[in-house]
Amino acid sequence: MRSALADNATLARILDALQPLLATLAALAVGAGMLLLLEADPLEAYGAMVEGAFGSPNALAETLVKATPLLFVGLGISIAFRGGVINIGGEGQYIVGALMATVFALNAPDLPTWMLIAAAMLLGFLGGALWGAIAGALKAYLNVNEILSTIMLNQIAVQSMNFLLRGPLIDPVQAAAASQIPQTARFAEVFDLPRWIPTRLHLGAALAVLLAGLVYLFLWRTAIGYRIRAVGLNPHASRYAGIRVRRYTVLALLLSGAFAGLAGAVQVLGVSHRMLTDGSATGFTGGVGFNGIVAALFGQLHPIGTIPAAFLFGGLLVGANSLQRAMQVPSALVGTLNGLVVVFVVSSEFLKRRRARLQQPAPTVEAAAPPGAVSTRQAEPEAPAEPR
Amino acid sequence: MIGDLFSAQVVLGILTSGIRLATPYLYAGIGETFSQRSGVLNLGVDGQMLMGAFAGFYVVFSTGNLWLGLLAALAVGALMGLAMAFISVTLHAEQGISGIGVYLFGLGLSELLFQETIGTVETVSGFRPLQIPVLSSIPVLGEVLFSHNILVYGAFLLVPVAWFVLHKTTFGLNIRAVGENPEAADSLGVSVARVRYLTVTLGGALSGMAGASLSIALLNVFQQNLTNSLGFIAVALVYFGGWRPFGLLTGALIFSMLNALQVWVQTLGIPVPAEVALMMPYVLTIVVLALSVQRVRPPSALTKPFLREG
Repeated sequence: MRSALADNATLARILDALQPLLATLAALAVGAGMLLLLEADPLEAYGAMVEGAFGSPNALAETLVKATPLLFVGLGISIAFRGGVINIGGEGQYIVGALMATVFALNAPDLPTWMLIAAAMLLGFLGGALWGAIAGALKAYLNVNEILSTIMLNQIAVQSMNFLLRGPLIDPVQAAAASQIPQTARFAEVFDLPRWIPTRLHLGAALAVLLAGLVYLFLWRTAIGYRIRAVGLNPHASRYAGIRVRRYTVLALLLSGAFAGLAGAVQVLGVSHRMLTDGSATGFTGGVGFNGIVAALFGQLHPIGTIPAAFLFGGLLVGANSLQRAMQVPSALVGTLNGLVVVFVVSSEFLKRRRARLQQPAPTVEAAAPPGAVSTRQAEPEAPAEPR
Repeated sequence: MIGDLFSAQVVLGILTSGIRLATPYLYAGIGETFSQRSGVLNLGVDGQMLMGAFAGFYVVFSTGNLWLGLLAALAVGALMGLAMAFISVTLHAEQGISGIGVYLFGLGLSELLFQETIGTVETVSGFRPLQIPVLSSIPVLGEVLFSHNILVYGAFLLVPVAWFVLHKTTFGLNIRAVGENPEAADSLGVSVARVRYLTVTLGGALSGMAGASLSIALLNVFQQNLTNSLGFIAVALVYFGGWRPFGLLTGALIFSMLNALQVWVQTLGIPVPAEVALMMPYVLTIVVLALSVQRVRPPSALTKPFLREG
């Protein structure tokens, strides 16, 4: 009897871990319907995706290149969620981080290589931290909903970037040419992150994995990390326990932004070696601030879980490009699929709650609540009004 | 050149286009007000607007019938709203993130459909300005207030109607009860799920209308990401307006006047970088949110899914 119960618990844990994957498969099934409507063979299409993302060493390397910023951003997103705030501002924080690293790289003093790269990354980290901290302070001290402020800050970052890349930071070659492409000059080669030749895979991928481990240790093995999670789970109880709730709200968004900023810095140093855009909102970012949210959700908002999640999602993005080339379907299909994946993954929490309820005949609120800061708060009926 | 901004002609121009530009914020914002008053934060507004904008544009482009286009936008918006209602009410999903999912879905799908059906830059002849007899011949006021297309008038009429429904009808009372204290409303026999389904679907339909007001009345084009995050600003204006229709009206007017001013600053060639002018509305939205939110408390049950005990 006892072992049967234990088996059940193990089964439930396995199902919980597989759930985002199952939800994604469901989203892809809907995508298959859309492919049919576009008169493309879904099996062939998804085959082209898998082949393009994982089918060769170079494909795998490209997937890792795409996964790297997703992992950085996803780590930041999990910190924010654990701290009870929703960071939709990854896009803006990524831009500000990249801008800081870019300005430094274009005006670099004469220093040893490692110092230059470290400084550029640190500036990216700080730039993102600043952009995140603004939203954090607005929420903690002026009660401004962080979802709204981060969306506004995204737009402000985009316009600042457009201004700088069309004006003060523009590549002198472009400034002289008629094309006027909004991009900076190429950075000096000392700033290039080491690469695994002949692919574009760079050192940033290893750094991201390393940081995932550190974020895990930070959140679960340090006092500050514990307080961030405590505030996320129950701000009122935390206040009575003597935790300065406002300070930790700011910290959660600050750190969340810092990781997005670092992602931007690593991207310009490791991949593009310059900053460039096309003037549209996602021209520089490629939507990484939103996709990072998906990756983090995929990884159950856990730093370690975010590693495979970012890898799979990076594969989805690379595969989508191959799909577009192989089958001649519009690239917008990928965006649509992204949206479906988010909706399905978030909605599938429902199944987890139901399983939890079925396992316990007389459910308590705690038992019905899934792990994860945000959902736990949602399921507490007696939780006081959420501060904006 | 700065002085040019204060000439009578420019001031009238700003007022006139400010009133016109408030239209999409009013439709989307009133819809979002209903949804939030019942306890559902619908962040998919921008995606719903894009779908509505495309549906309206496509129907007008292929049939030439404006009213059919408007109907299509309403229907597609309502469908997107129904989806959001299912996700947030029936599946109890986290509202902030699932709304972003709905947004990404609408953003992608509207572009996908556009590429598959029309694909190139096309324009349609949308709703024309409707001079209101007598009133529109009043000097100055006539031009500013009474020479707009019918969707603009509709948006402004919607504000008192929404106020009346929310505050003077049983349905409105139910909405507010469900948003403040769903347990109590439920124990009195009000179906929380039904009310929320209605408000979120209505919100979707109005978002679709907001999109159509852009694609077949104000701009008469469709392109990828036509709304450019306008739907998110509408959500911010709902907070600014303290979840009241007339508060929303004030916010929408301030915001769209600033936008009109920004356009005129560029038109007159005042040496402000275009990017700076473009970011000003967002900076001001943050400032305004920071200054305004202390006044009113949000609906108590906002973002909280309702789970019946037992």
